[in-house]
Amino acid sequence: MNIINVFEEDRMDNTPDEEVVEPIIQTKDVNVYYGDTHALMGIDLDISPKRVTALIGPSGCGKSTFLRCINRMNDTIPTCRMTGTITLDGENIYDKKIDVVQLRARVGMVFQKPNPFPKSIYDNVAYGPRIHGLAANSTDLDEIVFNSLQRSGLWNEVKDRLDTPGTALSGGQQQRLCIARTIAINPEVILMDEPCSALDPIATAIVEELITELKERFTIIIVTHSMQQAARVSEQTAFFHLGKILEFGDTSEIFTNPKVEKTKDYITGRFG
Amino acid sequence: MNSLILIVILMLISTAAFIFGRKKALNAVNGKVSALHSLPGHYGWFSAVISFLPGLTILIIWFLFGNNLVDNFTLATLGGEIQNLSDFDRALYMNDIRNLAAQDAISRPVTEAMTNAAHYYLRTQENISWIFALSAIGISALAALFSIRKISPDLRSRNLLERLILIALVTCSAIAILTTVGIVSSLIVETLRFLDHVPLTDFLFGLKWSPQTALRADQVGSSGAFGAIPLFAGTLLITFIALLIALPVGLLSAIYMTEFASRKARAIFKPLLELLAGIPTVVYGFFAALVVAPAIRSSGEVIGLEIASESALAAGLVMGIMIIPLISSLSDDVISSVPQSLRDASLGLGATKTETILNIIIPSALPGIVSAFLLAASRAIGETMIVVMAAGMAANLTANPLEAVTTVTVQILALLTGDQEFDSAKTLSAFALGLALFVITLFLNFMALRVVRKYQEQYD
Amino acid sequence: MQARLKRRYRKERMFKAVGLGGLMTGLLALAVMVISILSTGLSGFTESRLHIDVYMDPEIIGTIAGNTEKERLHSLMQINYSALVRNSLRQKFPDVKGRRNIFSLQKLVSKGSREDIKQRLLEDESIIGKTITMNLLASSTVDMYLKGQISRHVDQSERKISDKQLAWLDVLQAEGRIVKGFNWKFLTSGDSREPELAGIWGAAMGSFLTLLVTLVVAFPIGVASALYLEEFAPKNKWTDLIEININNLAAVPSIIFGLLGLAIFLNLFNMPRSAPLVGGLTLALMTLPTIIISSRAAIRAVPPSIRDAAIGMGASRIQTQFHHVLPLSMPGIMTGTIIGMAQALGETAPLLMIGMVAFIVDVPHGVLDAATALPVQIFLWADSPERGFMEKTSAAIIVLLLFLVLMNGLAIWMRHKFEKRW
Repeated sequence: MNIINVFEEDRMDNTPDEEVVEPIIQTKDVNVYYGDTHALMGIDLDISPKRVTALIGPSGCGKSTFLRCINRMNDTIPTCRMTGTITLDGENIYDKKIDVVQLRARVGMVFQKPNPFPKSIYDNVAYGPRIHGLAANSTDLDEIVFNSLQRSGLWNEVKDRLDTPGTALSGGQQQRLCIARTIAINPEVILMDEPCSALDPIATAIVEELITELKERFTIIIVTHSMQQAARVSEQTAFFHLGKILEFGDTSEIFTNPKVEKTKDYITGRFG
Repeated sequence: MNSLILIVILMLISTAAFIFGRKKALNAVNGKVSALHSLPGHYGWFSAVISFLPGLTILIIWFLFGNNLVDNFTLATLGGEIQNLSDFDRALYMNDIRNLAAQDAISRPVTEAMTNAAHYYLRTQENISWIFALSAIGISALAALFSIRKISPDLRSRNLLERLILIALVTCSAIAILTTVGIVSSLIVETLRFLDHVPLTDFLFGLKWSPQTALRADQVGSSGAFGAIPLFAGTLLITFIALLIALPVGLLSAIYMTEFASRKARAIFKPLLELLAGIPTVVYGFFAALVVAPAIRSSGEVIGLEIASESALAAGLVMGIMIIPLISSLSDDVISSVPQSLRDASLGLGATKTETILNIIIPSALPGIVSAFLLAASRAIGETMIVVMAAGMAANLTANPLEAVTTVTVQILALLTGDQEFDSAKTLSAFALGLALFVITLFLNFMALRVVRKYQEQYD
Repeated sequence: MQARLKRRYRKERMFKAVGLGGLMTGLLALAVMVISILSTGLSGFTESRLHIDVYMDPEIIGTIAGNTEKERLHSLMQINYSALVRNSLRQKFPDVKGRRNIFSLQKLVSKGSREDIKQRLLEDESIIGKTITMNLLASSTVDMYLKGQISRHVDQSERKISDKQLAWLDVLQAEGRIVKGFNWKFLTSGDSREPELAGIWGAAMGSFLTLLVTLVVAFPIGVASALYLEEFAPKNKWTDLIEININNLAAVPSIIFGLLGLAIFLNLFNMPRSAPLVGGLTLALMTLPTIIISSRAAIRAVPPSIRDAAIGMGASRIQTQFHHVLPLSMPGIMTGTIIGMAQALGETAPLLMIGMVAFIVDVPHGVLDAATALPVQIFLWADSPERGFMEKTSAAIIVLLLFLVLMNGLAIWMRHKFEKRW
């Protein structure tokens, strides 16, 4: 855990400078294979800290695969192979010395379908701090749970029923619970894999608002199918197509003035 | 020293290791948990496990081999005439010494040598148990110290602990393999020893089974014959009768329940029929001997047939009842898994339900039904209690279901219960029969699995 | 065309009837079996007692010496109870003369009645010298006759009860001195050579101890193997082999496991014969495949999203399994385990092979004591020539089936109660 603390202090000192920011995540020539399928081809991408980066593209273009490379969730798929380097704060996360468990505490993830544990709301949020030893005693833990639920905007809705199962909440609340659960371990980066695709429009609006608030403290990478969502929440956008990045840049730039023809077709809904 | 006390001591040592290991980890970072690689408890468990395992290993070795060790030490002190005895007689002698030591009755007059040996036995037992116990405690304590010394904030104790857990999981799943190895090797070893006494061809093709070997050389007419053909014939006869009952009844029940019965009727009948599968075989055996055999015998008398009270028919009939649920539930599964589209196609052409079943469903479910049949046959061949209680003991080479026959399983049980003499062809022949039984059932199960796998591939 | 259709429909009706016939055959067999066991077995739970005035003859009893209960019990053991009973019966039937007649008079009362008298004397010594009315346990033959299982309308040589004995019983019956009651001994005592004294408690304890060993060994090993095979094992030849092997082991005849237990546990490791420890280990190896297969199914049923969630939070694979997957699959694993235990409870053949088949009166207290088990007890009684044991056999079967129904009911209840929530 000591490594995390060092970086946390680093981040405090880093006054965000809009123009020249060191990328927090850099990927170089990332290739991913599922068995014989070549899913990602030579991905180079720099992710800036405390921004929201959106990954867009048609289904099966590899954006979710790329996302899962960043916290090594692909390790759980036996047939999956990866080459190239991904660095987090300048450190190769595929290095042998890296403990994946610690990596995933630094790079949290929110999934497509809300997947709270079938435990109480409190235990859902407290689970991460418990396994990572982030709380010295139960008062500490209560505070972490309170802060996380507060920040995810769920506190007022659930404060009277912290011991009810997380699975009993509504879909939007469940997804915010998953976000609260993720920020409880105080990660540097939060990966979101189409977090709103299972939610209704109202719940989606709430989650999007939450994302905008969260970027003050966290770097967020979000995979989305919705152009509007990418336009609303992200500062930068990468357009994936057939396992490659065709275009990457400021969101406003990509949506108003795409340089590649394919991007333009996709954004305007001509294919996808 | 009592092994229970030893286990408690080992547990205490590892508890201490847990407490000190955890404390050392916490002290190393002044209580700042997040500076540790793993949670404090992981360091504690690491020390606890490292200290417990070596002691436990020694304990297991003691438990498995300690008695043999004491026996061997004791035998080594005895005179040459004992050393020169056959393995079997020496084991008997040792048994008497053990009984003498435990102040139980023994089978021969007590000599001074035996009393001495019994004293020596007790002393050695005491000494060896102390040696094992002390070395277990010593090694555990050393391991505890070593593991606590190793603890530092950078020690990946969680990863190490998890590796140990994973090794434990692998070991557990290897036990299934070990069981098979144990079965095969013990059966083969004893069978080979049996074949020293009786040639393989006599066993496999002999027509006479009477395993009573002479106790004395001058006894008449008891040389023992080990021809297994009558046993296999009897087994097959009873299995055949059982399948003759179970196959039509089971299959028809499955067809009726899947194709004709209403949902409600199915919900009642299916569990009722499966109740038959939950009844212990000893109950079937009692039912066969109490109800079925007398009923068959008396109905035979009515029509003037002489039927043995332990007829193959009675045993086969009851065994048939026992395997009805096996056939019906397996057939039920395969019939329900025939795709609805096939049914629709047939019904859409104007076929009746019966025509659909007979022409479409049964043919496509046939591999599954064959596999159910094979499994049922394997089950019937290996079934013991029904035949022990309802079939005969005398090996009778006949195809007449009204006569008494005996089976492989009945003979295995008869040969191995009651007074045993190890090394006699009689006892060893049980293992040879066991091996034959194992091979046959294994073959049937294997074929059944293959057939059903082929069938699944067809619809995947 | 019409005629043809008619024929086809007739065939349809016939086929349906045949199918129903098949199903009914199976159910009929079940019904016959249950009815025949209930009809022979229920009477096994009752016993007959004879109201007899017993004179507590001080000359026969003597003095009960000793201060502690143990010493007094020892002293009570020395009393000639048969003389007490014999004299009391002769008082009731004064005109019975001759050794043989007196002997057959005494045969009306069970040998077990000595325990009843002993208990009375232990409780209250002041009854010595008085005549008190006691309910003495009737012998098995009398019990059989009173339950209508021995007919008086056959020739004397065809039945175990003599005409004279019948006459005495008629007298007792006319005076209302014959009472029936619930046979508590059947549930609370061990085996006996006398059917009226035999009980299943010893066998039940033996079964309990055996199953305890089975559970303690098979449950952790089964769950651990299931966890490894389902969640950690790479898909290769080795794990394929384990998989095929487990499926095959599940279908190996139980008597083979008995041979294994005999060869490995008894002959190789010199473990004690007839002990629940060895029985339990043998049954554990037999139950293991059942537990592994059902545990794997339960683990597989936990949705992958839960594993993703935990791993995404930075839980290690082991933590994911132990914190989330195992607790969630526990109801399914427990259900499978209970079903496996129920199978083990009904298993007989392997236990016979490792010697849990001896006549054992004492109730076992530890896993190393010589013991028998419920199904083995049933086997032993079923084999016994004594007529009185038949109803005991059926009664023991009823108890065994009751346990099995309870266990399977528990499994079904658990399956419904903890049905998946996702």
